[in-house]
Amino acid sequence: MNEFSFSPREWGQRLAAPIDAVLLAFLALLLGYALLLMMSASPERLNNQLINIAVALVAMRVAAQVPPQRLMHLALPLYLGGVLLLVAVALFGDVSKGARRWLNLGFMRIQPSEIMKIAMPLMLAWYFQKHEAMLRLRDWVVATLILLLPVALIARQPDLGTAILVLAAGFFVIFLAGLSWKVLVALALGGLASLPVVWTMLHDYQRQRILTLLDPEVDPLGKGFHIIQSTIAVGSGGILGKGWGGGTQTHLEFLPERHTDFIFAVLSEEFGLLGNTFLLVLYALIIGRGLMIAANAPTLFSRLLAGSITLIFFTYAFVNMGMVSGILPVVGVPLPFVSYGGTALVTLFLGVGILMSIHKHRMLVQK
Amino acid sequence: MMRQAEFRNPEQELDRFQRRLAVAGGFVLFAFFLLFSRFFWLQVIQHEHFQTRAEDNRISIVPTVPNRGVIADRNGVVLAHNYSAYTLEITPSKVADLEDVISELATLVDIQPKDHKRFRKLLDESKNFESLPIRTRLTDEEVARFIAQRFRFPGVEIKARLFRQYPQGALASHALGHIGRINDRDIATIEKSDAEDNYRGTVHFGKTGLEQKYEFELHGQAGYEQVEVDAAGRAVRVLSRTAPVSGNNLTLTLDAKLQEVAEKAFGKRRGALVAIEPSTGGVLALVSVPGYDPNLFVDGISPPDWEALNTSEDKPMVNRALNGAYPPGSTFKPFMALAALELGKRTPQQAISDPGFFTFGGHTFRDDKKGGHGMVDMYKSIVQSCDTYYYVLAGDMGIDAISGFMRKLGFGSRTGIDIEGESEGVLPSQEWKKKRFRKPEQQKWYAGETISIGIGQGYNAYTPIQLAQATAIIANGGIIYRPHLVKHIENTGTGARTPVEPSPLQALSFKPGNIATIRQAMVGVNKEGTGARAFAGAEFVAAGKTGTAQVYSLKGAKYEVGKVQERLRDHALFIAYAPAEQPIIALAVLVENGGFGAQSAAPIARQVLDYYLLGKLPKSAAPEDEEAVEDE
Repeated sequence: MNEFSFSPREWGQRLAAPIDAVLLAFLALLLGYALLLMMSASPERLNNQLINIAVALVAMRVAAQVPPQRLMHLALPLYLGGVLLLVAVALFGDVSKGARRWLNLGFMRIQPSEIMKIAMPLMLAWYFQKHEAMLRLRDWVVATLILLLPVALIARQPDLGTAILVLAAGFFVIFLAGLSWKVLVALALGGLASLPVVWTMLHDYQRQRILTLLDPEVDPLGKGFHIIQSTIAVGSGGILGKGWGGGTQTHLEFLPERHTDFIFAVLSEEFGLLGNTFLLVLYALIIGRGLMIAANAPTLFSRLLAGSITLIFFTYAFVNMGMVSGILPVVGVPLPFVSYGGTALVTLFLGVGILMSIHKHRMLVQK
Repeated sequence: MMRQAEFRNPEQELDRFQRRLAVAGGFVLFAFFLLFSRFFWLQVIQHEHFQTRAEDNRISIVPTVPNRGVIADRNGVVLAHNYSAYTLEITPSKVADLEDVISELATLVDIQPKDHKRFRKLLDESKNFESLPIRTRLTDEEVARFIAQRFRFPGVEIKARLFRQYPQGALASHALGHIGRINDRDIATIEKSDAEDNYRGTVHFGKTGLEQKYEFELHGQAGYEQVEVDAAGRAVRVLSRTAPVSGNNLTLTLDAKLQEVAEKAFGKRRGALVAIEPSTGGVLALVSVPGYDPNLFVDGISPPDWEALNTSEDKPMVNRALNGAYPPGSTFKPFMALAALELGKRTPQQAISDPGFFTFGGHTFRDDKKGGHGMVDMYKSIVQSCDTYYYVLAGDMGIDAISGFMRKLGFGSRTGIDIEGESEGVLPSQEWKKKRFRKPEQQKWYAGETISIGIGQGYNAYTPIQLAQATAIIANGGIIYRPHLVKHIENTGTGARTPVEPSPLQALSFKPGNIATIRQAMVGVNKEGTGARAFAGAEFVAAGKTGTAQVYSLKGAKYEVGKVQERLRDHALFIAYAPAEQPIIALAVLVENGGFGAQSAAPIARQVLDYYLLGKLPKSAAPEDEEAVEDE
């Protein structure tokens, strides 16, 4: 066989080499399910979403190619660059819908907080790997500062949804790195005690969202409208749902943001409890596979990174479904791998790619 | 605490990491279980509740307003019908800044200050959630322009609405009345009739005339559509439909052409005319001039139009035929004569010698003819309208005998015609005076007051319809039918017709000879008496009686036409029926400030009868006969 000759099989093998077939199979099922939903919720966006998925898969494949050691080198510059961009946003960012989240680069607009979703676990995993030999109190404090600086910048924009995701990503690394249970309990109690203080720091619309959650019927046509309508959509779906394309809440436009943050309500309405359970199982499988990869990872860095990324998938899913079904306040968190939108999808698949890379490279270090 | 540094122990470390991972995995499962429980709660346990709420969201019941019944005259000439037109409507509660929106709309459709003012008025009277028209009767071009820009105007819509139209304009306006937008009083009426459901979606209600009286016949039965609506409240599709049932049509006894002839006969004069078919009580014409254009009221009258109607000296909104009470003057004499015969106070042949005046209790009552009429029997008293004869007669009869008899003919009582707004008039009696006045000395009836009652003056005041009704009773030999405007009500669905008032109310058993005497004398009036000039050359025999009602007491001074201001001139009256042998029409004419009855009221009656009996259309309004003298 000629070195330069084209062999589809060989190319296919090379292309698939860093890919984890199990994880990809679960994701393929999930994406198929998501596209089916999109065809009902917003068929005119199907083509765009297909393009988004294609781009995200390329990002995944690229990330899967990069060995964890190389990722370690990226951690610090990515983190510092991300923080600098966040500062730039705070100073020169574009305002849209009352929040300063975007940085206009002239040719495109970027949302630096999105970078932090990857940069944060990378940075902390790198930091713990570097100080692996001896973890002192000082290291925990530094880790906490590394975590809180960008979270504070993002929360100030304000973008509560992303802030929560970045905070969670960092917290998972610290938790998995072995922060003592005593400190965790103390933090939890301290957190509860500081709630009143946090309350005073929240923006009006954020407070409103929380109040609305507690009793949406107070303002059924205003702030409570979204949450009431999405709860009605979920509840009216019943066990088997109203059938694909048969959701009245969805198709008569009672549901807000039905293709993005509230797509789960469409699923609940049209496919019922059965469809929801199927989604929960798919997520559980993906998360389980991710945790397995983390458990088998060779270095502290890759373990922490893989664990954190996996748990971030969980955080997305839990916050989104909790919000749509009315047990969590409305924050802008999409349903992972399902909601319409390119940015979130690319970020998520970068995470998947990193997981795959960690999985493929699990033996190398040990050799 | 954490002072102790942790030394590297790969296995222990991995072990701890994996335990932490297991905890995290457990937490994930717990959280998913929590979500599942929530879904189970919403989708299984609470499912029915949310199912209902989703249905309530989705389905809206929209009433469909029925077609209002058509009103036509006895020959099928349409007097009130409906047409469909587009209106531009604003729902104030859905609009942030009304003025802004209106001025924006004005760039697309023509909005006059008049429209704006009317909208303001409707806004003051309305609830906030109903949509109010800023413009009605949009042109197709305006509709197209607005539709193209509709997205800019939330809370503003084009609606196809049925409008009432009165194609004959002001013709018979006081009989037809008009509809207008529903107000609080109408809502109270609807609620009293338990008709709220049927009126959902209806914006108009009969306000006066037949439109008011027959509101519940004309309205019809509302239909309902179950429509699926989206979150913005737009109907997406119709799920089920119950068709509305059109209101019942009214066929009137009124003859539109006769009505037109009668109205035109008045020219620019004010007055009233009521013509009744004696054998049925059907009203053939009900004139009160000036009238008004009821079309102005259909969608809320504009303030300037309302101002104009309300402040006019001619009072076009007053229905003179039913609501105006006037002294009957000499038209009262035939009824007085009939009373005298029936009560045995006079025989037809009994005559008096008339010196031209009558003195009673030191007061002189004058006859209009200087030197008097000489020997006057009953026939001559009516034909020449001799006052003295009736001064004496009234004195002989006494007030209570007069009022007792006149009440039977309907004087002083509402006739019961099928529209609102009738006044009772005044039938004077001792009883009446006691009720009317407070002070004891005023409450007493003085015998002298009876004298002028005999010639239809004094406290006497009757509506033109009472006068026409009494005339019809004479024409009909004493059989009374309730005057009515509606001949039959037609169910538009089944085509079934329900006639109105088919049987007589009462038969007054007058002696045939007595009635004949009066009728003979009334024929004489038009042949050789006060009505002779007006009825010269008539191709039919009509019975009649002229009358003049004093507006202003001249305190003994001789009444001279030219010297009295127009508004102080006497009211002219005329009653008639024809043909004399087999009457098919009886009427009463009143011309406000028309002078003598023979001068302006009789020529109007002549034109009306010429048309009704012979089909002759007059070339112009009835002339005033300046030569005619009321030789009373």
